[in-house]
Amino acid sequence: MSAHPLHKLLRAEALPTAFCPGCGNGLVAGALLRALIKAGLDFQKSVFVTGIGCAAWIPSPHFRADSLHVAHGRAIPTALGIKLRRPELHVMVIGGDGDLAGIGGNHLLHAARRNADLLVIMVNNFVYAMTGGQVGPTTPQNLPTPTTPYGNPEYPMDVAGVVAAAGANYVARWTTAHLAQLEKSLLKALALDGFRFVEVVSQCPARVAGRLSMAPAEALRWFQKHSKPVGQAGPEEIAVGDYVERNRPGLLQTLGKAEHG
Amino acid sequence: MNPKERKFWSGNVAVAEGALAAGIDFYAGYPITPSSEIMEHMARELPRRGGIFLQAEDEIAAIFLLLGASWADAKPITATSGPGFSLMQEGLGIAVMTETPLLVVDVMRAGPGTGQASKAAQGDLLQARWGRHGDQILPVFAPASVQDCFELTVFAVNTAERLRTPVVLLSDELLAHTWETVQVPTDVERVERRRPQDHEPAFGSPDPKIPPPMPRLGEGHALLVTGSTHDPWGFRRTSDPKTHRELVERLWNKIWLNRENLFRYEAVDVEGAEVGVVAYGSVARSALAAKKLLGGKVQVAVVVLKTLWPLAEEPIAALAERAKAILVPELSLGQLLWDVERIAAGRCPVVGFSKIGGGLPIYPEELAQKILEVRG
Repeated sequence: MSAHPLHKLLRAEALPTAFCPGCGNGLVAGALLRALIKAGLDFQKSVFVTGIGCAAWIPSPHFRADSLHVAHGRAIPTALGIKLRRPELHVMVIGGDGDLAGIGGNHLLHAARRNADLLVIMVNNFVYAMTGGQVGPTTPQNLPTPTTPYGNPEYPMDVAGVVAAAGANYVARWTTAHLAQLEKSLLKALALDGFRFVEVVSQCPARVAGRLSMAPAEALRWFQKHSKPVGQAGPEEIAVGDYVERNRPGLLQTLGKAEHG
Repeated sequence: MNPKERKFWSGNVAVAEGALAAGIDFYAGYPITPSSEIMEHMARELPRRGGIFLQAEDEIAAIFLLLGASWADAKPITATSGPGFSLMQEGLGIAVMTETPLLVVDVMRAGPGTGQASKAAQGDLLQARWGRHGDQILPVFAPASVQDCFELTVFAVNTAERLRTPVVLLSDELLAHTWETVQVPTDVERVERRRPQDHEPAFGSPDPKIPPPMPRLGEGHALLVTGSTHDPWGFRRTSDPKTHRELVERLWNKIWLNRENLFRYEAVDVEGAEVGVVAYGSVARSALAAKKLLGGKVQVAVVVLKTLWPLAEEPIAALAERAKAILVPELSLGQLLWDVERIAAGRCPVVGFSKIGGGLPIYPEELAQKILEVRG
């Protein structure tokens, strides 16, 4: 029996995973690991930083690489502290919508403004899934959740749009129904400096899809059907593709700390 | 230490210079009165010494920038005051749990809330000790002179490295903006964190007095660092009572069993004391001045505490054995008072002397008057 091609990047002792059956986290992990292999990134020189939430568990403990799992919302400043001091390391952040855009929203905004040299992957499952599926900053309006039992009265945030406006070098959004495109986006992001943000809309079978009586596969079909290219998506649809791609000098360079040659 | 150079510095500048002398190479912070001179000094000095300076978006970001930088081999520091110190408690808790060396300087101002931004106070003592949720302990130091600001900052940085722990330095507005001559030594000790040998775990130690070694990122350790309950190899074990108890007890004992090495205090004229004064920070200066004012009229002993957590009980117990009464002056409603009452344990009366508001110091004259009162 031949080993799975991603086996060497995973900790066998961390399996089976704690993720729910049908969770999108495995798809995101797969796309990222394939992109890292294609980019030829040295896994031993890669550091994954996460906060709290389901997506934070994608690298910690599953990836056989250095990882720091810190407080809710604080992955980005922790990652930046590492990158500033050890610019040769590939520092990546993986988190959920509540972690990165909710409690950590201020850090996200300012990391984008500074064009901090980090790759941030936000897995957007629309809710605080780990704590029971409560409403979050990206929850669609009117969706009932345990803390909005009569439907969400608030408007959701277009996180990719906000991060693009704040000054990131690269911003894209895909869904777990667009794995080939996601992998390409990640490859593009890995080749750039500065702040790179890839949002992945993902199904939560336990807290969202399940409550809507939707099987994970049905959720994927829903993503596929309701996704439109950036600029063409309506208010009830998911805008996918690149939001912005530019090559402004990243923070390391503006601070004069970039490695030359 | 071997004095070489004489400098005329404020308390805040002496903290910054002490940090640089101790090898601090990373600063992240957020401006706040009355600590900002430390930050401005670092903003000038660090970039031209090859260090890193970043002004963060808030104090929460600042403390986590320090945490990340420390895992990336930096010796990091930040300085703040009450409101910012409150925001940093979250990161300090994670630093305790992940055993991350870093130094937070809290230049105390009057609270609660936003209080009096530019006015001195000593209301953060118990927050410095207990501000984090959960069972935890970290060393807290407090300078009483500008010379102390330099020397204790060096000691605090070295303690963080030696014990692989976050450390708090409690200064106050009066001390921060007092200018004094400092003897700058040439032979400043620099302690470096221990690195793992062979296959030592990063989060476990057979001897609770010896902190585990801190591995470097990017060397193939596949390091698992987490703020959640973890085993010696960093694996989360959040449902296992034994792992939790062993970890939290070890983190406590790492500091507690090494406490004798952390104690810094001055005990002046304890033998033959009629009245003992226990104080720290700028107030300790008033206590020494009050003793001088009273001359031979009253036999006054002064214990100047420079380590506020863990607390050296021996000099306070010695006072309680000898003095008729102990006076505890504080720029708070009485926080150190509780310690002294507990340690004196009824052996002599313990009297608090509180002064809050307006940033006024405790004047030597009023303290001398109070000493005469408690002597009876």
